Amino acid sequence: MDRSFVAQNPSVLVFLAILSLFTLGVTILSEGVGIGVISTSFVKTLGKTLCLGLIAVAMDLVWGFTGILSLGHFAFFGLGGYMIGMWLMYERTRLIVVDSLAQAEIPPTSTEVVDAIATQVFGVVGSSEFPLIWAFSHSLTLQLILVVLVPGLLALIFGWLAFRSRVTGVYLSILTQAMTLALALYLFQNDSGLRGNNGLSGLQNLPGVTASQDVVSIWFLWASALALGLGYMLAAWVVSGKFGSVIRGIRDNEARVRFLGYSVEVYKLAVFTLTACIAAVAGALYYPQAGIINPEEMAPIASIYLAVWVAIGGRGRLYGAVIGAAFVSLLSTWFTGGQVPDIPLGFYTIKWVDWWQVLLGVSFVLVTLFAPQGIGGLFDLWTNRHAPQRHGAALGPDESALREKEATE
Amino acid sequence: MSTLLEVSGVSVTFDGFRAINNLSFQIGNAELRAVIGPNGAGKTTFMDIVTGKTRPDEGRVIWGEKSVSLLRMSEAKIAQAGIGRKFQKPTVFEDQTVQENLLMALKNKRGWLGVLFYRPSADDLDKVADLASEIGLKDELTRKSGELSHGQKQWLEIGMLLAQEPRLLLVDEPAAGMTPQEREHTTDLLVQAAKTRAVVVVEHDMEFVRRLNCKVTVLHEGSVLAEGSLDHVTSNQDVIDVYLGR
Amino acid sequence: MLRLYLAGLAILCACLTANAQEAGLQPILGQHREIIAESSRKTIKPAIDAIASSGLPQAQVMLETWAAKDVWMRKSDGLFFAGKKAGGRSYELTDFDTGEVVGTFEKSDLKQLKPNSGIRAMIGTALVQFQLTDPDRARRQAALQSIQRDPEGALLGPLRASIDDEPDADLKAQKQRLERLLTIGHDTDVGARVAAIAEMSDDLGVDVRAALNPLVVTKRQAAVTLPSDKNIAAVLQPDSEDLPRDVAYDLLVASDLAAPRVSADDNRAALAANIDRGRVGGVPVAQLGSAAARAQAYEALAEAGAVPALITQTDIDAALAAHVFFDTYAEPSPDVTAAAAHALERIELKVGLNQTLDLTLDAISLASIYFLAAIGLAITFGVMGVINMAHGEFIMMGAYTGYVVQQFIPDHTLSIIVAIPMAFAVTFAMGVAMERLVIRWLYSRPLETLLATFGISIALQQLAKNTFGTQARPLTAPGWLDGAWVLNDVVSISYIRIAIFVLAMIFLGLFLYIMKRTRLGLEMRAVTQNPRMAGSMGINPGRVNMLTFGLGSGIAGIAGVAIGLFAKVTSDLGSDYIVQSFMTVVVGGVGNIWGALAGAGMIGFLQKGIEWMTPSNTLAAQTYMIIFIIIFIQFRPRGIIALKGRAAGD
Repeated sequence: MDRSFVAQNPSVLVFLAILSLFTLGVTILSEGVGIGVISTSFVKTLGKTLCLGLIAVAMDLVWGFTGILSLGHFAFFGLGGYMIGMWLMYERTRLIVVDSLAQAEIPPTSTEVVDAIATQVFGVVGSSEFPLIWAFSHSLTLQLILVVLVPGLLALIFGWLAFRSRVTGVYLSILTQAMTLALALYLFQNDSGLRGNNGLSGLQNLPGVTASQDVVSIWFLWASALALGLGYMLAAWVVSGKFGSVIRGIRDNEARVRFLGYSVEVYKLAVFTLTACIAAVAGALYYPQAGIINPEEMAPIASIYLAVWVAIGGRGRLYGAVIGAAFVSLLSTWFTGGQVPDIPLGFYTIKWVDWWQVLLGVSFVLVTLFAPQGIGGLFDLWTNRHAPQRHGAALGPDESALREKEATE
Repeated sequence: MSTLLEVSGVSVTFDGFRAINNLSFQIGNAELRAVIGPNGAGKTTFMDIVTGKTRPDEGRVIWGEKSVSLLRMSEAKIAQAGIGRKFQKPTVFEDQTVQENLLMALKNKRGWLGVLFYRPSADDLDKVADLASEIGLKDELTRKSGELSHGQKQWLEIGMLLAQEPRLLLVDEPAAGMTPQEREHTTDLLVQAAKTRAVVVVEHDMEFVRRLNCKVTVLHEGSVLAEGSLDHVTSNQDVIDVYLGR
Repeated sequence: MLRLYLAGLAILCACLTANAQEAGLQPILGQHREIIAESSRKTIKPAIDAIASSGLPQAQVMLETWAAKDVWMRKSDGLFFAGKKAGGRSYELTDFDTGEVVGTFEKSDLKQLKPNSGIRAMIGTALVQFQLTDPDRARRQAALQSIQRDPEGALLGPLRASIDDEPDADLKAQKQRLERLLTIGHDTDVGARVAAIAEMSDDLGVDVRAALNPLVVTKRQAAVTLPSDKNIAAVLQPDSEDLPRDVAYDLLVASDLAAPRVSADDNRAALAANIDRGRVGGVPVAQLGSAAARAQAYEALAEAGAVPALITQTDIDAALAAHVFFDTYAEPSPDVTAAAAHALERIELKVGLNQTLDLTLDAISLASIYFLAAIGLAITFGVMGVINMAHGEFIMMGAYTGYVVQQFIPDHTLSIIVAIPMAFAVTFAMGVAMERLVIRWLYSRPLETLLATFGISIALQQLAKNTFGTQARPLTAPGWLDGAWVLNDVVSISYIRIAIFVLAMIFLGLFLYIMKRTRLGLEMRAVTQNPRMAGSMGINPGRVNMLTFGLGSGIAGIAGVAIGLFAKVTSDLGSDYIVQSFMTVVVGGVGNIWGALAGAGMIGFLQKGIEWMTPSNTLAAQTYMIIFIIIFIQFRPRGIIALKGRAAGD
């Protein structure tokens, strides 16, 4: 038991190695700094996919390991994006404004500059003043802190309310979904202070950076890979020790853990908040690559897709989550991008742009029914790892509710 | 002998049904006690109240030398205060190894930060090994507990209880579904445990209760019908009428 | 034809009053010949008034002809006639007084009167008094509407005069009401006005408020001393909540009582205009990026007299102290304004009460919609414990079924009657298929059921999109459901919402009947409580589960038809309701139909209540509602109507 963390978890090493090779490979093949096989837009897609992998790790931690099917993690992801987006938009607009005001005969005062920025930023929603929530948007440091702080606090407050009242299982899922819906609806308003359904845009332009997008995309690829690597290690470390034991215990039998003297609510809250922060970091890296963020991104459906990715990839194993996210989101991009050839059936032509959702939905049902281990289950065939023979139904985080009931009768 | 747990005048009503009716119960520091009674007598509800799962409508539950009321405490806090509970069906964490199960139960810091940075010390591992040999699972330490037999799971659960080092053990039908040999082993474990702490055993099996050789409390319709040695209660006419006679 | 009619009318009138008016219209017209010929809106009024008040019956004909641009002036003698084209460039002229044709004249001998729209409007008003006594009921009605649109004091007299002779009871009532309203605004006698106001102060009509509101309109003014000849509503203290400093000063500026402040932009422009060799007022231009430096530069300029002096806070204080600020009524009579304010207060109170009633009706109708959407869920989720994320898509399928049925059966009433069982059949079949193929394998794994049914949900949504396209499809309600039940000007509710309420109640009854009185209901309850025990008693749990799920889905389909009647049928229809539906069931309490009812009621009332508090912002209302629900669950984690005890499970 004295072996080091990495030695205990060789899969982490394998994962990190593959991740580094991938990043290096993409860099070499990229348009920006490499030989130009991979276009910049595809580099961005890959960078974004790494961010999705990171939030999938968070989702796996909270769902696959702790058994909380959160349908709200994309809200945290989006909030993270908004927080960094505020700085990007403020700073970029400031540079433009200062530039244009420099032409004036009289040098501008700082109030004039701020007013001009506000007019630029909020013109679309018919306002010309900065709302209170933009108070820190001038400072990158503060806004970076907010990236973690705001979603973390939201998760903390929401989680405290939800877990304290012992809301579990599907109820909790619905409640998280409601939270996401509430947040998205709130942001859709024009006077939410975040430009309503216009969202924040132009985020791909880093203020003060003159390098082309070809190069910037590589920077973000590396940053995303680094974040994914660190997040993965953090998650692997969290689940490896006794903490992992306890949260898996909570997943399988919450009441039993409670009678062992562990305060289940606190553990859930810790995991929920931690994963919300990870999700927020992922979002903060994702949206500068996407270029635009609007409340549509935070609709409840996005969070459900996240659950879909993790389920398809395989719950309860971190690499499964990453694989699921990468596999499904890339496939989705491929299908909806119209690059997949249509299938003419004579009487009807299957256009994949229209039918991809149907395919996804159906395959999702099939995975749930026939392959609860997901893609990750394939690795078990390869490494010959067997799930323990449990009596009754198959292994899964979701049986606990039933067993708990039986146990306490 | 000083009182460890005192339950007095407790009543619980579920939708008009009185599951516990003015129940009073006491147990001392190192005492073995068997609780028997027909189905619906309120045995499980009684345990629920003591462990904080169910809040009684009235009555008091007083714990320990400092006479703390358990009514305001959460399940986790009650467990930390030193009350361990074993469920009717074996509930071990089947996805985890025997060692992980025992380590989780081992008396240590329960706070999330402490647990996050916890790495088992040599001392802890020794304790786990000792416990494992006590419950006869020394060779199974690295096996997933889901692969154990039913009896082994029961022992593992008792082992987890012991690892918690509780001052009061609540054990719900420990012998259900065990072979005679396994029963004997279980009896030994419980009698041994009761030497240093209070143990309350809920059991249906009279033979098992006889072997425990301890004071018996008979519950009926949510209150105590009789209390005393097994011979004493089995000769009680009320007990024969409502329980044994059936 | 019109001319013939008018001529006939004129003769009729002429016969009736022939003796009284021997002088005729022509002399009056002659008196005002110049301004009539000039035809200017500014000067024409005396002419129209003279014609209208002449009391001559032919005045109406003349005015109508005039408005129709058919009045011609004979250049030779300046007389006015009704002209009619007689072919070529000649016109046949008719005398207004006699109604006789005077002859045909060349256009060059005539001058046509071409009243512009302003004059025609004035003529129209003048005509109203004639129309009020017109034998044609429709014209009298039109006249009343015209007065309502544009109430004018001059019409009060004719209106009053016409009331007694009004044969139509309905019109008479309208005229009396209008008379009261006109009295309020335009009578010259203050006592009559106050009496009319008092009389109408119990009336909820919008027209009453429209008549009263102008009376209490105030204008904010400033002066050195308080004028004594004005009807003053209130005297205001500057620098108070009602009248902030800046606003007060702006008022002074607007009233030319104080010098305007120099705005930041003007300041900047002034500085820019006075750059002198890289310096402004001695301050280098480069340093002007701070407010302090700008102030210094501006002050220097002001001292040099190049720009107007800056208004300081002390100046403002002095100006505010030197003036009084007050609100004046446009209406000069204090009695009238006081009475009007009092009446409005009473009316507002009544309106408030009625609005509460209206809001309550709205909330009930919203609650019935939520209840309809959630009742299927109350069965599948509440009773069976199966979480079906595709429930919303069943609602959507029901709505589309209604749409498809309407494509084949054009009669709307019949098509709805057919659509309801059709929708039930379609979604029942869908539900049974889903239960058999997917859900029954996942009974012990609720979270996976959630995900699998979500998969079905996105597939169904996309299928609907592929089949019906993305644009909204209409599901038209039968004609007898159009319109609304109007209680008064404040309270009304559309029939379709009443129908939905009735439908919701029918479903409630149906549900209770099935659960409590039928074999299926008994088996359903048995299977949900203890499937193994139920199985051993000869109940086939698989069959019961299948039927129960089918029933819940089928009801969702019917709800879809109902929802489709007032909402646009799109493939997203279901997802708009799914979260609210789950909330309804969760808030109400699972496993209990009364819980769903209570939940729907609470959410309906809550949403309407919040919308009422934040009227402009329904998005925010939804946000607040969800937050409220999350907090509510803190206090009642099991919902409003909770099962207690061990049966509830933990």
